[in-house]
Amino acid sequence: MKLFYHIGKYFILLWLIVQKPESASIYRKQIIAEMDYLGLDSLGIVAIISVFMGAVVTIQTAFNTDHPLLPAYAIGFATRQAIILEFSPTVISLILAGKVGSRIASEIGTMRVTEQIDALEVMGVNAAGYLILPKIIASVIINPALVIISMFLGIFGGYLASAMTGVVPLSNFMYGILFEFSSFDIFYALIKTVVFAVIIASVSGYFGFHTRGGALQVGHASTKAVVFSSIYIILFNLILTQILLA
Amino acid sequence: MIRVDTIWKYFEGTPVLRDVSLDFEQGKTNLIIGRSGSGKTVLMKCLVGLLEADKGKIYYDKHDFSAMSFRQRRVIRKELGMLFQGSALFDSLTVEENITFPLNMFTTMTPGEKRKRVDFCLDRVNLGAVHGLYPSELSGGMKKRAAIARAISIKPKYLFCDEPNSGLDPPTGILIDKLIS
Repeated sequence: MKLFYHIGKYFILLWLIVQKPESASIYRKQIIAEMDYLGLDSLGIVAIISVFMGAVVTIQTAFNTDHPLLPAYAIGFATRQAIILEFSPTVISLILAGKVGSRIASEIGTMRVTEQIDALEVMGVNAAGYLILPKIIASVIINPALVIISMFLGIFGGYLASAMTGVVPLSNFMYGILFEFSSFDIFYALIKTVVFAVIIASVSGYFGFHTRGGALQVGHASTKAVVFSSIYIILFNLILTQILLA
Repeated sequence: MIRVDTIWKYFEGTPVLRDVSLDFEQGKTNLIIGRSGSGKTVLMKCLVGLLEADKGKIYYDKHDFSAMSFRQRRVIRKELGMLFQGSALFDSLTVEENITFPLNMFTTMTPGEKRKRVDFCLDRVNLGAVHGLYPSELSGGMKKRAAIARAISIKPKYLFCDEPNSGLDPPTGILIDKLIS
């Protein structure tokens, strides 16, 4: 029963979030600020993880497909498919759920326990809309950009691994990267990323907004935000993969 | 005028407010005095709609606030100012941004007019050059005064103050009492 209680509260919060904003210009400024906080601040970690994961995927694929019947370019092909279809949209979103989700939940949760949200509501401001909607819009805009960058850097990591270790000739690797490329794969990855962005911002916002108590509860809300965002990302990854690729 | 008509508020079955009826007349400063835990803050939160009374009604100038929807209440709330126990200043904004926040949200004032209003409000609470400071850089008394400045910036019809001088030294407490009265 508690599950239905939370689902109901989550959809009530979503309804509040999509109410007409009091001042469009303030919301616009908030969206730009959130794009900086939630997106650009994450660029470093996304870049580092993508390069190393791309390199590791290439090396592991090379060692596990060492068979005379498998062409060498298959390593580049497998690296590209792994990076574009799964690693960049899903794993990067899981990493963002940890980094950005905890930040959103703890920021909004602290505002709740220090009565800042009450102050907004007494003023007549739709606190849910003002605090969460710009974060959702900013995530929907910036997360696909981060994922595109991650795709490039992941493949670049694979290229570096090929060049530095010689597990596959560079010409074969590049041939594999370009082999039977389908732009639908990028579309599929971006669709997933947008859904995951909404999940991260709204679920984390939900746990932050409904925090009660003090510092300890803010910590709990932050942990719950990361755990539940990650679970929903995995769940929707399966659902979207079935819908889009079946 | 605010009329409280026989309100009750329970927390987990325990009544905190029992059959409370009050009239707050326009132009008067009203005090609610009671022991710690007697429900003063709960009553005030019921008055501004942060908590819902389980029974009874609250009227603002004969408008039934208890029966209003979220959107209808926003109209009344634009006429309210509230000073919270912990000041509740937005810690990501400077003092000036805190005071201009309701002006940006609900008025069409020009930047010059807003600046004048900020200076006026800060002057009223005897705060000088704190425009660019963040709440974490202010003392307890300065935070309370900045919060009053924010509460009065939009010229509210009703000003609610929850323990405005608690935790302050006597001279600062007296200063805040004078500001409110």
